[in-house]
Amino acid sequence: MANLVSNFVGIRSPNPFWLASAPPTDKEYNVVRAFRAGWGGVVWKTLGEDPPVVNVSSRYGAFSYNGTRVAGFNNIELITDRPLDINLQEIKSVKRQFPDRAVVVSLMVPCEEESWKRILAQVEDTGADGIELNFGCPHGMSERGMGSAVGQVPEYVEMVTRWCKQHSRMPVIVKLTPNITNILGPARAAKRGGADAVSLINTIQSIMSVDLDVMAPTPVVDGKGTHGGYCGPAVKPIAMRMVADIARDPECQGMAISGIGGISNWRDAAEFISLGASTVQVCTAAMHHGFRIVEEMADGLSNWMDGKGFGDVKAFTGMAIPNYVHWEDLNLNYKIVAKIDQDTCIKCGLCHIACEDTSHQSIAALRIDGGRRYEVIEEECVGCNLCMHVCPVEDCITMERLDDGSSYMTWKEHSNNPMRREAAE
Amino acid sequence: MTSVMDVPADIAPGRLSPREYEVNFDDATPPLNRKQALIEAARCYFCYDAPCMEACPTGIDIPSFIRKIATDNVKGAAVTILEENIMGGTCARVCPTEILCEQACVRTAQEHKPVTIGALQRYATDWLFDREIQPFTRAEPTGRKVAVVGAGPAGLSCAHALALHGHDVTVFEMQPKAGGLNEYGIAAYKMTNDFAQREVDFILSAGGITVEYGKALGRDITLAQLRADYDAVFLGIGHNAVNALRIAGEDLAGVSNAVDFIAALRQAPDKSALPVGRKIVVIGGGNTAIDVATQSKRLGAEDVTIVYRRGPESMSATGAEQEWAQTNGVRIKYWAQPRTLVGSGGSLREVEFEYTVLDEAGRLAGTGEVFRVPADMVFKAIGQSFVPSAVGEEGFAEILEFQPDGRFAVNEDRQTSLANVFAGGDCIGGIDLTVSAVQDGKVAARAIHRLLTGS
Ligand SMILES: Cc1cc2nc3c(=O)[nH]c(=O)nc-3n(C[C@H](O)[C@H](O)[C@H](O)COP(=O)(O)OP(=O)(O)OC[C@H]3O[C@@H](n4cnc5c(N)ncnc54)[C@H](O)[C@@H]3O)c2cc1C
Ligand SMILES: Cc1cc2nc3c(=O)[nH]c(=O)nc-3n(C[C@H](O)[C@H](O)[C@H](O)COP(=O)(O)O)c2cc1C
Ligand code: SF4
Ligand code: SF4
Ligand code: SF4
Repeated sequence: MANLVSNFVGIRSPNPFWLASAPPTDKEYNVVRAFRAGWGGVVWKTLGEDPPVVNVSSRYGAFSYNGTRVAGFNNIELITDRPLDINLQEIKSVKRQFPDRAVVVSLMVPCEEESWKRILAQVEDTGADGIELNFGCPHGMSERGMGSAVGQVPEYVEMVTRWCKQHSRMPVIVKLTPNITNILGPARAAKRGGADAVSLINTIQSIMSVDLDVMAPTPVVDGKGTHGGYCGPAVKPIAMRMVADIARDPECQGMAISGIGGISNWRDAAEFISLGASTVQVCTAAMHHGFRIVEEMADGLSNWMDGKGFGDVKAFTGMAIPNYVHWEDLNLNYKIVAKIDQDTCIKCGLCHIACEDTSHQSIAALRIDGGRRYEVIEEECVGCNLCMHVCPVEDCITMERLDDGSSYMTWKEHSNNPMRREAAE
Repeated sequence: MTSVMDVPADIAPGRLSPREYEVNFDDATPPLNRKQALIEAARCYFCYDAPCMEACPTGIDIPSFIRKIATDNVKGAAVTILEENIMGGTCARVCPTEILCEQACVRTAQEHKPVTIGALQRYATDWLFDREIQPFTRAEPTGRKVAVVGAGPAGLSCAHALALHGHDVTVFEMQPKAGGLNEYGIAAYKMTNDFAQREVDFILSAGGITVEYGKALGRDITLAQLRADYDAVFLGIGHNAVNALRIAGEDLAGVSNAVDFIAALRQAPDKSALPVGRKIVVIGGGNTAIDVATQSKRLGAEDVTIVYRRGPESMSATGAEQEWAQTNGVRIKYWAQPRTLVGSGGSLREVEFEYTVLDEAGRLAGTGEVFRVPADMVFKAIGQSFVPSAVGEEGFAEILEFQPDGRFAVNEDRQTSLANVFAGGDCIGGIDLTVSAVQDGKVAARAIHRLLTGS
């Protein structure tokens, strides 16, 4: 059995599955239930200074796709709306009850050294394992000069991180906002400020949908709406790209990564880990299905690791990073074409119409004795994969390699490239 | 020992409680709600050159209407359906989809579980009917006149299409109500809440159609007269005769035509007033046999047996229909043919059957071995036919051409041997279904419109 135990910048947890800072981690009640269900750690719902913020009623929007509920999710909630000392007491109590679990506290206070100094001392007192700096909240808090307003300015990220390292002995995780052009800016700033780790992504600024009767964005609050933070399965590809960019950046080496964004099952987790994350955090999937999903995540990851012969999570952390290259490093001589398995084809015609209308006219729609038959025209096929993706039958269309794999030529050497490097004599 | 012959026939109304009648004649397949419809619609792949569409006799653009349901454009879905099939509402309830669209659905090939096209079609059309929306507008009147005989699916479909083109249509219907077998034939639990009449009202509300009730061709009107008074004539008069068993005892009390019993049942406002036998035998292998058997069972008959002279695969009732009868407690006995209807005191008491087999040449043959089934009532359901003489006292046969089985001969436009006379539905044959009758009416209307406008 694979060993799932995690040691993330000195923070230990029995598995790498943490709950992200959000409603599931807002209270002792929830966190106790989460730990009982088997979660390895939590990042406590972000704390701020008293008086606490006030939340609106009608807070969440959801994007359901083709009958799949909550493919995407957004919220217009702020940080915790409970008094600071209640949260601190509960954190202390939870940590005492579950000493083997990771309890990290998310923080967001005004951009002044005194404010940070004060709250760090209070958090340290709870026995928490570490802190996460919430530089990511994209709504409500940024208007007050906190959250993503800080996360979008690398100089501030560096400054606040440094304060935290100076005034606390706890490991510091900087949570990054994706609402930025280049994630490396704030990531490198966190590193310069002395951060032990980054976690990402926080939510993406979004308008979930428009209520066309009320003529207002959803969730509608008394006839009006505001932009919120987008998360859930739909954001996973965006999150993974940002994680991978940091993982392969030479300047960011040495900083651990906690991956967040749309993680719903063991496979999502394994993908983030292969791209350099060493723990993962989950919010939406737990809000959708409850805490019990962690069982499947732990079991699935462990079975998969056993199958692959990975003894622990470290064994495959970042393993896909050497293969995450720039486009110009891809092999232009690699050649694949679509192949249709006629025995499993159900004649839906989707491959044909997709290729015919929008790609390379490489799938012929034939009628043989009145029966439909779809055939790939190999000479025309560019190997784009479109038909394989639209085919509703698993493994009916496969992409088959035609080249023999003997030559490798990238754009850097290609004759169409005006800036090509001449091959070395 | 008392024999069955000594016991008087037990045929009585009111065998069940009021609640049982209500449940038994309520919707056999309840409609989908919005959420169910959205989930089901999401199962559709939106196929290109969709096989389902080709399998629908009226060629409804199925992927398109399902996609409209999926995007909550239910009105658009309903219009897409009704544009090709004005009786899309009835068809959604009565089509044997297991041999039509749903059989062809690629999901049947993939996982033996088609998209439930019929149920989705009902969801869309019900939505429109519930809101009493009339999506069609009639073109400016052309002044051309068309006579339609028979207000069944074929006739109404033809009349509606022609009326929308602006032609004035008069429909002659011998019954007091329109709808044809939608009103008088199809099983009650498929057409609840007076759906047939709601649909007729919907069709007529587009304007341009006048129905003359109680007017029968061959009795009150003649073809010659119609041809003289109108620019074109469409005949949609369905079947007009029932095949006889041609065995002894057909005139015994308790022996009747399945279609007559069904018509009475459909028209009875109070099902508990209908007398039904305790033991019933149905002879035949089609839709009608299934329907009369199942509905008798639902009226409270104790033992209902369908006897068919061949095996299950030869039955014209589909596998799903046979199963439906069986789950309703009807026994289906294959490979036996009736020999004698045995009575006592003028009333039916038993039916004698002979076992059948296929001989070496593949022909059906009796084995000589017989058995008897007790019966208070026998329903004959061995097929209906069309007898031209019943409508043509003026010598129909001399002016029109017929198929060998007696039905009207038509070309692909549903045009008969007379240029301005068209026909469709059960009276021309093919697959005797509501949906094909609607298609015939639609195709004939197109041809008639071309004829009238020279286009
Ligand atoms: C018991 C039963 C159950 C059925 N169940 C189904 C089913 O579940 N699904 C399905 O798809 N199909 C079913 N069918 C078949 C379907 O009902 C018919 O195929 C369809 O109704 C044919 O339409 P039509 O317009 O040709 O004829 P009809 O529906 O028979 O309509 C003919 C019309 O013409 C009128 N008419 C007849 N003669 C004259 C005349 N001389 N002058 C004036 N008017 C006249 C009649 O009164 C009637 O209104 C069933 C049939 C029966 C008998
Ligand atoms: C309702 C809600 C409230 C959230 N509140 C916070 C918060 O207070 N602090 C924080 O750092 N992130 C917050 N987040 C962001 C999540 O921690 C997480 O980064 C994001 O939802 C992406 O993960 P997911 O796709 O698994 O949900 C919140 C998310 C949701 C849905
Ligand atoms: S891979 Fe692309 S080009 Fe080739 S057949 Fe498929 S869709 Fe067409
Ligand atoms: S998409 Fe797949 S199932 Fe559909 S026709 Fe093409 S190969 Fe067949
Ligand atoms: S065949 Fe089935 S999946 Fe394809 S369009 Fe028709 S209903 Fe949809």
